Order: sequence, then structure tokens, then C-alpha cells
Amino acid sequence: MTDAAVSPGSAKTPWWRSRRVRGLIVQAVLLAAIAFALAGLVRHVMSEQGASGFSFLNTTAGFDIIQHLVPYSETSTYGRVLLVGLLNTLLVAVLGIVFATILGFAIGIGQLSSNWLVAKLCVSYVELLRNVPLLLQIFFWYFAVLRALPGPRESFNPIADVFINNRGVYVPRPEAAPEFVWVGAAFLVGVVGAFWLRGWARDRRELTGQRFNTLPAASALVVLPPLLVGALTGFPLSFSFPELEGFNFVGGLVIIPELIALVVALSAYTATYIAEAVRAGISGVAGGQREAALALGLTRGQMLRLVVVPQAMRQIVPPLTSQYLNLTKNSSLAVAIAYPDLVSIFAGTTLNQSGHEVEVIAITMGVYLSLSLITSALMNWYNARIALTER
Amino acid sequence: MAMFPEARPVERFRPLEWLRENLFSSPLNGALTIVALVIIYWLVVPTVQWAIVNAVWTGGSREACLGEGAGACWPFITNRIGLILYGFYDDGERWRPILTFALLVAGILWLTLPRLPRKMLVAVLMVTIYPVVAYCLLTGGLGLGVVPTSRWGGLLLTMVVAVTGILLSLPLGILLALGRRSDLPVVRIASVIFIEFWRGVPLVTVLFMASYMLPLFAPQGVTVDKLLRALIAVALFNSAYMAEVVRGGLQAVAKGQQEAATALGLGYWQSNTLIILPQALRLAIPNIVSTFIGIFKDTTLVSIIGFFDLLGIIQSGTSDSHWASPSTAFTGYLFAAAVFWVFCFSMSRYSRHMERVLNAGERR
Repeated sequence: MTDAAVSPGSAKTPWWRSRRVRGLIVQAVLLAAIAFALAGLVRHVMSEQGASGFSFLNTTAGFDIIQHLVPYSETSTYGRVLLVGLLNTLLVAVLGIVFATILGFAIGIGQLSSNWLVAKLCVSYVELLRNVPLLLQIFFWYFAVLRALPGPRESFNPIADVFINNRGVYVPRPEAAPEFVWVGAAFLVGVVGAFWLRGWARDRRELTGQRFNTLPAASALVVLPPLLVGALTGFPLSFSFPELEGFNFVGGLVIIPELIALVVALSAYTATYIAEAVRAGISGVAGGQREAALALGLTRGQMLRLVVVPQAMRQIVPPLTSQYLNLTKNSSLAVAIAYPDLVSIFAGTTLNQSGHEVEVIAITMGVYLSLSLITSALMNWYNARIALTER
Repeated sequence: MAMFPEARPVERFRPLEWLRENLFSSPLNGALTIVALVIIYWLVVPTVQWAIVNAVWTGGSREACLGEGAGACWPFITNRIGLILYGFYDDGERWRPILTFALLVAGILWLTLPRLPRKMLVAVLMVTIYPVVAYCLLTGGLGLGVVPTSRWGGLLLTMVVAVTGILLSLPLGILLALGRRSDLPVVRIASVIFIEFWRGVPLVTVLFMASYMLPLFAPQGVTVDKLLRALIAVALFNSAYMAEVVRGGLQAVAKGQQEAATALGLGYWQSNTLIILPQALRLAIPNIVSTFIGIFKDTTLVSIIGFFDLLGIIQSGTSDSHWASPSTAFTGYLFAAAVFWVFCFSMSRYSRHMERVLNAGERR
């Protein structure tokens, strides 16, 4: 290239040194390589599994699943297994995201506390838990803590009708009568009303400068209508209480130890990353912003709520998104403690029983890919909403 | 202040004042301090009592650890330390992993300690010659007895997965990052799809795919070693994450650098290897190290597809009836956590240090 005889762009450049031709060759070679790899896969699939396809999803699965959010029995199909697994994955992901966010924000803010001890405690939490593999933490909570609890007959009974033993946590299960729909409807109406009230109060404040404390009225709107409708319909909600019968509990709602271990470990671990994002976001807000807010006469609480948090959120949301995605993907570690998630019962049990490796793994990966895309789309939408609006 | 430097009051450490300012500046702060003290007391005292004061240090089986109020069962670790470090690697051949590891440590120390000369040469040796030497030492051949990969385990296997993952994912990631910024549409689209695919799926499913599906990609009649399949999966998976980290670095390099390189008549590879990448990688070092830490922690996932890495071998030990006691699992997990923590924490400290060094250069 540095050869003086062939200066770039000169008419004497031989064709094999032209950027355009080289680009075309590189692209053709890459396409050929991709096609070769895919052809190899297709050929193997064709030759080894003549009756390949997705029809196995309609075959009876024949195994039981310890936790299912939709009706499921041994006579259900593999397609149903996929649905049960997906819902169980979503359950863990949603619970984990909620707890990790709460814990992460608390610890991230705590790291910036003016209290030396609190700050050091929060920093130690992050350094300690972030540097230990998640799988190890899941094993710890599941095998060392939850499975080591006493059996049902020696259950802990911290509050009335709640029992903790090595088979899980037993709590009363709410059982709704058909009329309960009306209570739910009343609650929804109350929530919509509360939002409307907030909007009205904001519009009026911006027009007239008059303040309206929305909190009491909004809470009343959310709480009172369902209570009223409940009273009218005769409180259509009853509870089934767990009771010890023989060697185990019957009735009530059991939260299986696999779910608890997974949610605790996932939220404790992901919280360390969220805490770091929160800390970076808050310390990223320029000090002058705080000084200006205080100079304008805002209280410390108003300064945080109106000046610091909105600006910090812009920096926090992108890393927060990737942590939510990581948590969802990490929930697949469920397979190690046999929590019945998508990987465990579909990519594990279903794959081994049906032998449709390619289809099962393709479906599983497709589901996770879609979950990732949906989550990042939602978070991108939120991010665009809070992004800095410039002229 | 700057005008009268001698007037600056001498700062002296006054414990009471420090306590008041940092721990009891307001009633709320005082309450927080007390809550924090209670939490620390709850966590630290029982842990120390369990792990050290009441711990069992000697013994040959579970009987030693079954005593009333007995703490950690350290004989569970000390009696099985060979297994935990090397897995089922032949007893007489253990000098080979030790030598491999010693070479690795020497190389890393050379690269990280300042003032040692010829870092470039050492880096090239570590990336090219070292893997070959390590492979020959560990698997055998050339006069050494052959140790099949199925016998590898413990910390040895963890290190093998982590180091190959790190060594392979970095160059692959750089290529993918360059591909994602390429002018050639096929290269760019292929890179984007490759990166987004691996980043969208969990590592567990990738490892499942490696154990079930990689044989389908290979030519007929060729069987690929089970460990090699897992290593390829780990490398491909992490190369996508590495690509995004490198891309961040590439984006941070000023545009004028590329233009200057082109103006000097440098071609694509010359301008990238001589001008752009050295700056981009330097900027990306903290994030690259974070990815290394992630790879190191993720090695534990190979235990899910049936390997006995450090965590896998300890996990299988906890269900050994010879050692079953209430504190066996706790002891095993504490030990494994400590090992992982030491590795990851030192890497993250190094990354912080590099960040400071790089920032100092920028601020000049």
C-alpha cells in the first residue's frame, strides 16, 4: 500500500487491489461460509431425524410438574409444558426484577450516604456478592439454607397460619367467589380515577399556581370503591388455610423452596449491579444542579425528587435495562436446582424424552430472544420518554 | 486559600468530631448507624464463630463434624483438596497443571506489574505459544502420558474454561466489533445478527446446544471432544459481549484519528491495527476486565452439563454420605465462594486501578 508506484486512486491500480472488488470478495467468502455451515446442519437434521418437525408438541408429556400457573397434568402435551415453563420463567423474572430493583436502589443510594458506616456496609455488600458466581449463590440458598430447614412436623410458625419447612413456605390462599370480579372492577375504576385526579391537579397547578394535595384523595379513590363493593357483595373472598395432616400440609398456598432460592439469589446478585448503576447515575448529576436547586429555595426532598432523580434516571435506565435482561436470562440457572422453568422442563425433560434436540433448542432460544427483544423495546420506549428533550 | 498556603489549618484527626460528623450528624443518621451496627453484629459474629471459633479443623470423616455446636467442617476441604484442585487428574501427573498454572501466573504478573520490560513480546508469547504449551502439558503427548479431558476437574477445569474463554473471546470480539462497523453490508449484517443472537440467549441454553447440536454441524464421522464443545460455546457466547465492549472503545476514538490514518495512506487493516485499535482497546480495558470477571464466574455453568469444575466437584461432595453433616454444604460453599471471590476481586481492583491510570493520562 505504501508503495509509491501505485498511488491510491490512480488509473493503474490493478483490479485485485481495488477496495470495491476486495469488498465483494470478502462478502462472497463470508456468505459461502455461512451457507456451508447451515447446509451442514440441515443435512444432518434431514438424515438423522426423518420425521422431524414440530408435531411432537401435540404429544402427551407424561410427567408431572411441581409448580404450574395454568392447569397441567401428566396427560397434558409438550406444548403445554412449554407454556408452563415459560410462565414459571416469567414468574421468577418478574419477582426477581421487582426485588432486585428495590434492593439495588436502596443499596446504591446507601453507598452515597453521608453516614460512613451505612456507606461502607453498602459498598461491602456490593463487593462481596458481585464477586461470587450466581450459581454458587443459588446452591447456597437452596441446598445449604432452604433444604436444610426442619421437616413439616417441626415447621417454623413465625406468624399465625404461615409455616416454613424444607418443603417450602405455606401461606393462606385467597379463594375468590365469582362476585369478586366486581371488587376488581371497582379497584380498576379507583386507580383510573386516581390517575385522572393527578392529571387534573397538575393542570390546575400549572394554570393557576394553586396546589392540591392529591395523596389523601387518591388513596381514598383506590381503597374505598373496592371496600364498598366488597361490603355490598358480602366479601366474596375466603381463605384456605394450611393445616398439618400426617406428615405434610394440606390446603393453603405453598411457595416451593426452588422458587424462593432462585428469586432470593437472583435479586441479591442483580441488586449489586443495579446499585452500581444507581450510584454512578446519581454521582453523575453535576453538583451545580443541587446547588442551584437549593438556591432556588427547594427543600432537600424537592431537590432530590424534581432535580436529581430525573437527571440521574437518564443515566440509570440503559444499564438497568441490561440488568433486567441479564436477570431474565440468568433465571435459566433454575435447571441446576430443578425449578420447573423453561430450560429445566422444556430444554431438559422434554428434550430428553422426545429426542427432538434441534427443534427444542431452537424454540427455547427463540423464546429467550423474543423476551430479550420485548424487554429492550419496552425499556427503550421508557428511556425515550425520559430522555433529555433538546431544542 | 491559594494565596496564603501557610495559613491553611493543620488537619488533625479528632475521633470524637469524626464520629459526630460521619455517624451521628442528625437523629436519623444516629438511628441508621445503630441499625447498621446491629446488622454487622448479626452477620459478623455468628459467621466468625461458625467459621473459625467453633470450626472443626481435623478429622477423617463426617464423625468429626457431628459434635454438638460444631461449626465449619474444614476436614471436608482439606481431605479432598487434591480432588478440588485437579479433579480426577492422575496423581503422579499433577506437576503438569501446577507448571501450566505457574507459567500463567508468571505471564500475568509480567504483563500487569509496571516497569517490567518487553510487555508486547510477552503478550504475544502468552497469546500464541502459551496455549500450545499448556495444551501439550495438560493433555499429554510428546513423551508425556495422555490424560483425557474427562479426567480434568476442580479448579484446573475452571481455569481451563476461563482462560480459553478469555483468550478466544477477545480476538473474536475485536473482529466482530470491526465487522459491526464495516462498510460492507454482508459483513455488517452478519456481525449484528451474530452479536445480538448470542446476547439474547442464556449461556445455559448455549451449553445445551453445544452438547446436543454442535455434533450436527461437524462433518460426518468426526466426534468432537465434549470439553472442546463447551469451550467453543463459552468462547462464541462471550465474544458477542466482548464485541460490544470493544465497539464502545472504538466509538470513543476521535473521528480525526481515522481520517488522519487515511490521509497518511494507511489501508483498512493498517489504520485499525496501528492507529484505531490500540487507542480503542486502551479505553476499553476496564470493561474488558469486567467481561473477564463475568467469564470467570460463568465457568461454573459447565457443572450443569456434567463437568466437575470447582463448584461441581464441591457440590457433588456435599451429597457424599461419607461427609454428610449439617455444616458440610455450608463449608464447601464458603470455600468455593472464597476462591472465586479472591480471583474476581483482584481482577476488579486491577480494572479500577487501570481506570485511574488511564483517566490520569486523559486529564493531563
